[in-house]
Amino acid sequence: MAPQTKHDPARTSYYVSDALYQELVEGYADWQRDELIVEDPRVCARFHRLLDREARLLDQLKYEEWLTLYAPEFVYWVPSTPNGGDPRREVAVTFDDRRRVEDRVFRFRTGYAWSQAPPSRTVRLIGNVEVFKTAKPTMMMVRSNFFISEFWGETRTLTGWAGHRIVEMDGVWKIVAKQVNLIECDQSLRNPSIIL
Amino acid sequence: MLEKISGSPVPIGTAAHYDWDELVQEDRVHRLIYADPAIFAQEMTHIFGAVWVYLAHESQIPNDNDFLTGKLGLRPLIIVRDSEGKIRALYNRCTHRGTTLCRWEKGNSKSFQCPYHGWSYLNTGRLRGVPWPDGYAVDFRDPKFNLAQVPRVESYRGFIFGTLNSQAPSLTDYLGPIKKPIDEWLDRNPGGKVVVCEANRLKFKGNWKLAYDNSADGYHVIYSHRSLIETENRFNTGYEKGMSFYQNSPDKAAMYVAYTGNGHHYKDKRPNIEKRAGGLWAIESLHPGMEHYAEKLRAKLGDKAEAALDLAGSEPVNINVFPNLSLLGNHIQVIEPVSFEETNAVWYGTKIEDVDGTLGADVVADINALRMRTQEGFPNLGEVDDITNFEQIQRGLACLEDEWIYMNRGLGMPERFRTDEQGVIYGPATDEVFMREYIKEWKRLMMVEPNLVVQREP
Repeated sequence: MAPQTKHDPARTSYYVSDALYQELVEGYADWQRDELIVEDPRVCARFHRLLDREARLLDQLKYEEWLTLYAPEFVYWVPSTPNGGDPRREVAVTFDDRRRVEDRVFRFRTGYAWSQAPPSRTVRLIGNVEVFKTAKPTMMMVRSNFFISEFWGETRTLTGWAGHRIVEMDGVWKIVAKQVNLIECDQSLRNPSIIL
Repeated sequence: MLEKISGSPVPIGTAAHYDWDELVQEDRVHRLIYADPAIFAQEMTHIFGAVWVYLAHESQIPNDNDFLTGKLGLRPLIIVRDSEGKIRALYNRCTHRGTTLCRWEKGNSKSFQCPYHGWSYLNTGRLRGVPWPDGYAVDFRDPKFNLAQVPRVESYRGFIFGTLNSQAPSLTDYLGPIKKPIDEWLDRNPGGKVVVCEANRLKFKGNWKLAYDNSADGYHVIYSHRSLIETENRFNTGYEKGMSFYQNSPDKAAMYVAYTGNGHHYKDKRPNIEKRAGGLWAIESLHPGMEHYAEKLRAKLGDKAEAALDLAGSEPVNINVFPNLSLLGNHIQVIEPVSFEETNAVWYGTKIEDVDGTLGADVVADINALRMRTQEGFPNLGEVDDITNFEQIQRGLACLEDEWIYMNRGLGMPERFRTDEQGVIYGPATDEVFMREYIKEWKRLMMVEPNLVVQREP
C-alpha cells in the first residue's frame, strides 16, 4: 500500500492513485499459493476472529466500529468479473475508498435510502479461512468464504469469497483492502445495496 | 433465405381480446399493461421483434470470429462478427432439437457445436456437419437446416440493432431525430467513440416498462434520489453536486425533456451546466481518486486539464431509444425483459480511447481511471433506490380493483410545450409528456400484427 498521506481520507481522495491500482492488481493476482500458507494456529485464529468480528459488526449495522478494523486509507472492492479485472479500465460492481464507504453509511442514515428502508437484516457465515504470507512480514492476505443470508421483504443468499489484505500498523493489524468476489459478480444483482 | 413464420407467432393470443384504447388512455394506463403475462407475451413479438431492438455494441466484438451471447426479447442469440467481418445475430438454438448451442457469454470461435448431438455450424449460421449423416434420408445442404438468424442487423455508430420485421423502416429512419443527441453524446469523446468495459448489472422484480417510464422522468429525481443528493452534498465544496439542479423550480430551469418520435425521448440537463471547460467536472460528486487525478492532470495539462476532466464527468443526458437502450451519463444501459414481472437493467460502462492521439495514452488512462469510478456512483447509490421503487410499483399493482396508473403531469397545459419542424415535442424537465407519447407508440405497435421473419443462409 502507498504510505498514508497527509490528506484526510474521509474528506479527500489522494491515495487512490496509479501506484495503489498497480499494487492492488499485482497484489491480488497470485497470492493464494500453498507455500505461503501460515500454519501457526494462533496467527490463523487471530485473523479468523477479525473476520468474525467484521461480520458481526456489519450484521449489527455498527458501521463506526466496523470502520475501526480498517486503516485510514483502504479500498473496498467488489469486481464485476470473476478474475477481478483491472479497476482502471473496467467498472466494478463497487470500488470504494474510505470517503465513498462513509458516503454509503451517511446515505443509509438519511432515512431516504429506499433500497435500505427498512434496513436489510443479515446473517453472515464466514468459513474456510486461510492466511497467506506476502513479501512483507507486516502484510498478510486472508482468504475466506462467505454466506450472507439477507432478509428484505424476502430472504435471499449472497455467496462468494473475500480476500482481505491486512497490514500491521503500530502493533495493530488493520485491513487495507477487501476484495469481495461474489459468485454471481458478472450477473444481474437484485438490490445490491448492503455492504458485503 | 427469408422464412415466413407459420401460424400465429403468439401461440395462445390471449391478449387479442383487449380493447387497447381502454387500457391506454390519454392521461392514464391500466395496471394490466405491467401485470398481465399475456400482454408481455405479445410484447415479445409486437415490440421485441417488430421494431429495431438494441443487441450489443461493436466494441464488444472487435475482431473477426468474436461473439457474445445476448437476447432479442426472450430469444437467446449469439451476436457474432463472422469470419468475413459481417455482424450477425444468430438464434442460439440448434436447428435439430432446439438446444442452445453456446453457453459462454463471450469468446472467439469460427463455429459452434451443439453439446447435445454434436451438430455443428459455422459462425455464418451455415450447418457444417452432423454426426453419422448416412442415417438420414435428407440433403443437409437444404437451407432449412442452417441456423435461424435475425434477418436485419444494422449498426448506428457502433450500436448494433436487429429486427425481425421485414417492413420496418431503415435503422436510421427509425432513430430519426434521436440521432442528434446520440451523435453529441459520442462526439464529446475522442474520435467520437466509446468502448464498453464491463457493467453494473442490476435486476428487479418488475415489468420492463417501469424502467423505460423512468428513463426520462425528471419528476422522481428529487425524491427517489433524495438520499443520494444529500450524500453528494454532505461536504460544502462550493458547488451543488450531482443532481442538485432539480431542487427548487426544475420546470423553470433551462433543462428540458424531448419526445422525438417512434417511442424515443431524451432529457437534456446540459443547459443547466456552466458552459466552460470544467463546468461538468465542477458538479461531479466526490469519487475515489478524484483529487489525485485532477491534480495530476492539471499539473500535466495546465489550461487543457478541465476539458480532459469533463471527459471523466457524467454527461448530463438521458437518451432513450425505444424499447431497450438508454445512454445515461457515460453508461449504455440495456433493459432486458425476463418476464412480465422481472427485468434486468444492465449498465455497461464505457471508456475512451486515444483514437486521434491528441490526448496521449497516459492522459487517456488517467481519464479512464477516473471515469470508471464516476460511473460506479449512480448504480451504487442511486439506481438501487429506483429499482426498489419499481419493485414496489409491481407489488402495488396487486391491488386489482385500483386499476389506473397516471402519467398526466403537464397534460392539458399546452403552454408547457413546443413542437419543432421535425415534430419533436419539448417540455419542462419534470413533465410526463415523454411517457404519454411513448406509450401511445407502444399501443399502436400492440394493435398492429407485425410481419416477422427469420433468415437462414441460402
